[in-house]
Amino acid sequence: MSTAPTPRPKPSEDADRARRARQRRDAWARRGPLLPAVLFLVVFTQLPFAATLVISFWEWNALRPGQGGFTGFDNYREVFGDPDLRASVLTTIWLTAGAVLVSLVLGLVAALLLDRRFPGRALVRTFFITPFLIVPVAAALLWKHALYNPEYGLLNGTLTWLWSLFGSADPPQPDWITRWPLASVTVCLIWQWTPFMMLILLAGLQSRDTEVAEAARVDGANAWQIFRHLTLPHLRPYLELAALLGSIYIVQNFDAVFTITSGGLGTANLPYTIYRTFYQGHDYGLASAAGVVVVLGAVVIATLALRLVSTLLREEQR
Amino acid sequence: MKSSATGRARGTAGGPGFLRRHTNALWGLAAWAMGLFFLLPAAWMVLTSFHSETDAATNPPSVAAELTVDGYREFFGASTGASPWPTLANSAIAAVASTGLVLALAIPAAYALAVRPVRRSSDVLFFFLSTKMLPAVAGLLPVYLAARHFGLLDNIWLLAVLYTAMNLPIAVWMMRSFLAEIPVSILEAAAIDGAGLLTVFRSVIIPLAAPGIAATSLICFIFSWNEMLFARVLTGVRAATAPVFLTGFVTSQGLFLAQLCAAAVAVSLPVLAAGFAAQDRLVQGLSLGAVK
Repeated sequence: MSTAPTPRPKPSEDADRARRARQRRDAWARRGPLLPAVLFLVVFTQLPFAATLVISFWEWNALRPGQGGFTGFDNYREVFGDPDLRASVLTTIWLTAGAVLVSLVLGLVAALLLDRRFPGRALVRTFFITPFLIVPVAAALLWKHALYNPEYGLLNGTLTWLWSLFGSADPPQPDWITRWPLASVTVCLIWQWTPFMMLILLAGLQSRDTEVAEAARVDGANAWQIFRHLTLPHLRPYLELAALLGSIYIVQNFDAVFTITSGGLGTANLPYTIYRTFYQGHDYGLASAAGVVVVLGAVVIATLALRLVSTLLREEQR
Repeated sequence: MKSSATGRARGTAGGPGFLRRHTNALWGLAAWAMGLFFLLPAAWMVLTSFHSETDAATNPPSVAAELTVDGYREFFGASTGASPWPTLANSAIAAVASTGLVLALAIPAAYALAVRPVRRSSDVLFFFLSTKMLPAVAGLLPVYLAARHFGLLDNIWLLAVLYTAMNLPIAVWMMRSFLAEIPVSILEAAAIDGAGLLTVFRSVIIPLAAPGIAATSLICFIFSWNEMLFARVLTGVRAATAPVFLTGFVTSQGLFLAQLCAAAVAVSLPVLAAGFAAQDRLVQGLSLGAVK
């Protein structure tokens, strides 16, 4: 620091105070650049959550002005008592778990394939990334109308074509969304999220030490043994990270549910239900209580994710 | 297959032989097959967008039908006069403005976390991360009520500010990992030369971290461009964004598949361009800098 006007000769207390002042100034100089970002986040993310928490304990329906007041845990009782809301908690779990697990497995297969050298590898990697780079609403519309449509969607079109190859004019033509509503939404999400999993797992594969695997190969280990005992343990933190981050994003999914089924046929997940409760039902208290439930669920996943990220961070700094 | 064989040989130093070469070719084929399978829906979308409505709605599909740009012409309002340009412009404003604001906040913050770290900097980092992990939908209602109270509904700048809050944690984490790569000696040399903080930023940090800043911007741009829930709830006629336009687009009955695919392609193009440009840094952004 350039400004240090305290006279040196005076020892003890004065110098001590000056040093402490300098340290404080230095600490604030370090903190300064950080403050705008922290303040911004507190105002625009923490305050709304705090407000949601407060509103969740009130009866507040915009369609019934004048009524209302503090109701304690009534809204929460309603969240867990109302079959629709309870169903949407379950739907959220199924949707998230299904999409995350399947895309994780497919992403692992894709990453293993892309980890090898072959002609056109960069191009194939680009193919894999593409689904992730379609605007989610556009992807959902694409699946709903261009692929699942029972009359002229690509899926039933392909069935017609395959059956005609064998001379049959009577191919099965299922109405995909009506028959398997939740699976239809999940498949669209799997398509979009497999690239995400693949990218993280591929980075994990490429960070591993090839010499160990080489030594194992020389010692006579086969490909499966190397995968099982070397690659998979090394990939574990990456698999966990991909699963947790994927869960955090997919648990919040709104676009696919809203677009493909409009929350019908038992596909309404919590984000959709919150949206409907507040935007169409105008029940602000209930929507807030459901919001708090989502946050609590997310906190559980997030705690695990944060612990994992901090482990990876420590390894990086080692 | 020759390049694959030599490449493999270089990688494994030995293990030649006919069988091994063929195994590699098979793995390569499997990778191609799976990659094409994942590309197929997107490729179908592009192909259909260039078909006429009649050819788009056949069963079995007419793959080799004649190509036309009618779908795009319709999407841009040839017959209805409903132009998507205002919504595309809104999306661009929200995405670009929020990306600029994110960088203005995130680069100094990352400096305070990576270069001259504050005390307990990892706690601060995790505070940033934790805000990203809470579902945004839970804060939507208070934001809506506040926006209505202050007369900010249907205002694109409100979306820009909210997208900034959504992307700031990601940007801080990414920028932290990029700034941490700058050698401390360079920064110390600048400090000894008496350069002030702004000079250090302008002449040392920003040029050195330029690729990282570019990657961060592209990822923030993608997330802002894609966002639909907040845009739908908080905008009406004037400030609607492209994803909101897409959801309202499918109202007509009858043949619309080519037009729909054209719309999906047109709205996704900026994201595809940004994503392919940021391809090598994509994973670092998506994993919040935890994976490189």
